Parts: sequence; structure tokens; C-alpha cells
Amino acid sequence: MESKDFHIIADTGLHARPATLLVQTASKFSSEINLAYDGKSVNLKSIMGVMSLGVGKDADVTISADGADEKDAISAITDTMTKEGLSD
Amino acid sequence: MTQKLSGIAASNGVAVAPAYMLVDPDLTFDKKTISDADTEKARLHSALDASIKELQQIKAVAEKSLGSEEAEVFEAHITILQDPEMIGQIEGKIDSDKVNAEEALKEITDNFIAIFEGMTDNAYMQERAADVRDVTKRVMSHLLGKNLPNPALINSEVVIVAHDLTPSDTAQLNRKFVKGFITDLGGRTSHSAIMSRTLEIPAVVGTEDATSTIKQGDKVIVDGLDGIGIVDPSDEDVTTYTQKGDDFAKQKAEWDKLKDEASVSKDGKNFTIAANIGTPDDVAAVNDNGGEAVGLFRSEFLYMDSAELPDEEKQFQAYKKAAEDMHGKQVVVRTMDIGGDKHLDYLPLPEEMNPFLGYRAIRISLKQPDLFRPQLRALLRASAFGNIAIMFPMIGTVDEFKRARAIYDEERQNLINDGVKVADHIDVGMMMEVPAAVLIADKLAKYADFFSIGTNDLIQYTFAADRGNEHVSYLYQPYNPSLLRLIKKVIDSAHAEGKWAGMCGEMAGDQVAVPLLMGMGLDEYSMSATSMLQTRSSMKKLDTKSTADLVDKALDAETNEDVADMVKQFMAGLK
Repeated sequence: MESKDFHIIADTGLHARPATLLVQTASKFSSEINLAYDGKSVNLKSIMGVMSLGVGKDADVTISADGADEKDAISAITDTMTKEGLSD
Repeated sequence: MTQKLSGIAASNGVAVAPAYMLVDPDLTFDKKTISDADTEKARLHSALDASIKELQQIKAVAEKSLGSEEAEVFEAHITILQDPEMIGQIEGKIDSDKVNAEEALKEITDNFIAIFEGMTDNAYMQERAADVRDVTKRVMSHLLGKNLPNPALINSEVVIVAHDLTPSDTAQLNRKFVKGFITDLGGRTSHSAIMSRTLEIPAVVGTEDATSTIKQGDKVIVDGLDGIGIVDPSDEDVTTYTQKGDDFAKQKAEWDKLKDEASVSKDGKNFTIAANIGTPDDVAAVNDNGGEAVGLFRSEFLYMDSAELPDEEKQFQAYKKAAEDMHGKQVVVRTMDIGGDKHLDYLPLPEEMNPFLGYRAIRISLKQPDLFRPQLRALLRASAFGNIAIMFPMIGTVDEFKRARAIYDEERQNLINDGVKVADHIDVGMMMEVPAAVLIADKLAKYADFFSIGTNDLIQYTFAADRGNEHVSYLYQPYNPSLLRLIKKVIDSAHAEGKWAGMCGEMAGDQVAVPLLMGMGLDEYSMSATSMLQTRSSMKKLDTKSTADLVDKALDAETNEDVADMVKQFMAGLK
């Protein structure tokens, strides 16, 4: 299993458009991918799950991937995070 | 059988085309116990697939007609319909509770909607609740075998039939194919009416039963000149109304010749004829109709057409584009006028007993500077690219104006300190729509660079009559001496301090009002772009001396009707 911590810097947090992009990125991989925040964990391939966490600015989240392409998944998600200005 | 509908003439011109019903179908259903869960799940999946396919089509069309940013919301909707968790939960519900797909869909999506709506500290999440509701509606319509209207996909000439039109409905419509509007609700100053004039599409509003009388595909005549709709017309009707439309087009062609002329009275006094716009795209029609300025840029449309709060950069681009496209002619931008009858999903406001008397416009801006400051910064930055003026809505006291102005001055200084280029001078003025402000216009004129009279609200507040309530619509009395006296007070107060006075309500383009306004010395007349040339043509026939005499008589009259008759007689005397 691979996992990585992110500090959210985007003003709007993980909402609307950024959430959609993260979910789309995660959905490209076969690994099971989860997003943990504030003691709760959701499937990162589920837009409703991600949005129901209500991740705001300055939140610390952990993303973990488990499966054949776990390394690639984490690196692609990291790319999306930085490219979209979600995390530093 | 031919049927006739009568309503309010909202936008000039005549259209004949098949009806397109922009009406949500009945999506109620019965909860059923089922025995074959697999069949229900298969129904669910085919409804999901059909919905996704439809959204992809809509997205492709929206990308072309509205731009990729506007189309993003449809991408988010598609992602929701592909959500493995949500689909899993719905399937689980079908398996465990043995309910039909409709019931399972409703229960699960209601849960999510409740979660999102529960996040009251977060406007973005509340907006997501609206998205879930929207996509659920689409899937439900497929489950029930009903058609949801998809205005973005219209690809042949139609007349749009609706209960009422919202700005988001109109944003999805392709101007090329929409020939006319006919609605159940609304008055001449409702948003659907104003929108149809901006789009130059003939419209009849407030017919009460357009949606119950007309069926999809019926041939419909919309006579926006006299406020008449004809369903299933005879050949004779079609000939008559086509002729009427042609005559109007000819008259319009006459007016079009005045496009490049100045707005000047018979005795050589100059006025400014300007247009009201909602988005930078409307500037094209302003130039086409010989506008000398934009007298009102309703900035709230930037907010209403957007799925989330438009940030400083997005607003800057919009203001800059309008300023540039007007080539140095003034663009008066009204700061956010939300509240009253205008709501934003992502900015929930408290429920109010009297929204028009409540938390709206500058009252919100002063209380929530996090909304106000980015807008002022965007406007200041755009001022370097043209002639921008800023106007605050709903000012009622000197203190409110001073506070708004102070925030403006602060942001101006901040930008200058940061080395950002802003115009040397920007006119900063205010709307005159609160009677209390009118009565101290002489004081306000010391601080404001200009006044712009918003007649729709000024009438509603002066007569204490809700402009959307049909039972009190008789109190919409633009020529009543009470209102004329207020208008005169505003104009005189501005002139006494060397400032200019304009009007950006519907009244500025009203052919009965124009002689009175000229007689009172109103400087700037801002109206729907399509009314500008007709007004310019009227102005050429009038002189300021005899209209001033007319004003003296009108101010001393007793009723709205007396004044209207007086003006009509005066006009007849000119011919």
C-alpha cells in the first residue's frame, strides 16, 4: 500500500471542480484509493463521498492506494493536486 | 382549434414557429415492492446511461455556445452519475428493501442532498445539493419514460413556452433558433421580459395559461408588440401577423438610419442614450443600435450565471471586455445587486418576510466586504482598459454611500501601492431607487459623482407595491406626479452640484416618459438596446423649452392617467 499526506491550500478546499478532477484521476486506476480526513475515510473514486467530507482550506488529508498500480496512482494524484493548486 | 392568449407585451416584434415546452414533466411515482431485483437494477443502469449520454451531448453543445468554463458544470454532473458509491448504495437499497429503482434512487439521493444542505457554513456544498437534485431529476425522468426539456439541444426554430424564465434557462438557449417567448408569469419589468429585450426576441409574458394551453410542437404566433399569443393559428392569421412583423421590421430599419447620429433635441441640446446590459456579450447589440454608453451593467448576472462565486480575475475579464468593446465610451457597472428576487445557490441568504425590504444589494456588500472588495478591485483594474464608472445600488443614506466609497478608496490605494495600473479618474455614483435617498439627494450630490434613477424599484418603494404581485400591479404608475416630483428632485440636486443624472429603469425608454424626462433635463437615458434608436428618433422631434412647460403642467396634475393623456395630446400637437 502507498500513502501520502497533503495539506490543502486552495481557498475553496476540495469542492466542485477540484473534487471532480481528483475523482476523475483516481478513477483511471484499478487500485482501491481512499481519502482520509478528520477520522473519516471515503472512496476517492466517489465524488459524493469526497464532497460529503467537506474538506476545506488548510485541511490535512491522507490519500492511500492499494493495488497493482498504487505507485502510479499516488503520483498521478500528486500531479493533479499541484497542477490545480490544491496542495503545495 | 385556434386559441388566443393575452398577456403583456414584453419585447417588440412578431414570431411564428412551433412551440417548445420548457416545462418540467410530472416526476411523481409510486413506491413498489419488487421481486426481481436484477430487472430493477438493469432499469437503473439504462436510465443512468441514457442520462450520461444526454449530458455529454449537452456538454458538447454548451462548450460551443457558452464556452468550456460554463460547460464544466455538466462534467461534474456526469461524474456524479458515475459515482460507484452512490450507485452501490442505490443497488443495495433495491436488493435489501426490495423497492423499485425510483424509490431507491430517491431515498439515496435525498440522503446526500440532506448531508450537503446540512453543511450550512459552506456555500459550495449547498450548491452541490442543487446539482444532485438536478441529476436525480434527469435519471428519474428516464426511469419514468418522460422527457426532460433540454433547451441546450434545440436545433430548429422554436417559440419557447414556459411558466417563467430564469436567467439560467436563458443562458442555455441558442439565440439563432429561439424566435419568441411566451410565459405564464411575469410583467414588463420581470427578468424574463428584460432578458428577451436584451436578446431582441419577441416576447409575451404573464398570459397565465400559456403552458396549459399550448402543447409541444403546436404552431404559435407571438405578437410582442401588442401582447398577444395565438395557438394553432389560421392561414389568415399567419399572413396578417407575418405582415405585422415585416412592418415592424421596416419601421425599425428607419430608426436604424439614426445609428451613427448624436442624440440631440430639436433645439440642439445634447443627451446621452445608453443601454442596459447583463454580460459583456450584450455590448455587440449596444454598438449595433448606436448606443453612446452602457448606463447599467447588471453585474449580478456574472454571479447568477456562475456555479460558484466569480473571483476577482473572472470579474476583471468580464469588465475589461465590456470596457474594451465599448471603445472608450462609458460603461457604468452596478455593483452586486443580489437579494430581493435574485438568489444565488452558493450564497444562501436568510429567509425573509420581505426580501425587497431586506438584506440585499449594497447592504450585503457593506456587511460582507469579502464579496465587495474583489468586485471593486476587478473594476479598478478594468478601468485601465476603457471608461469604467461604478455605481452602488440601494443606497438609502449618506453614511452608506460614504462607507461604500471608503472601501473603494482603500482598494484603489492598495492597487496603486502594488503598482497596478488604474484610471486616473473613475466616476463613482449611486442608484436612486430608495425614496429616502431621493429626499436628501441634495446632500448625496456632494459625495456621489452621478445619480442613476432605477425606476422599477423607485416605483415599487414609493407606492409600497411589490412589482411582482399582479393584484397591485395597477400601482405601477410611472407618470404619477408623485414619482415625477421625485425624479425632478434627483435631477435638480445633481445639477446644483455640477453632477450628471441618468435613468436606468425601463421608464427611460418609455415613449410617453421621454418628453417629460427631457423637460426635466435628464442627461442620460439607459434602456434596452432595442429601444435606443426609437428614443433617439423621438428626441429629434422635441424641444427642451416646450417639454419643460409640459413638465410644469404634469407636476401639477392629479393622476397617472391625467399625465399620460397630457403627454399624448402634446405629442399629437407636434404632428
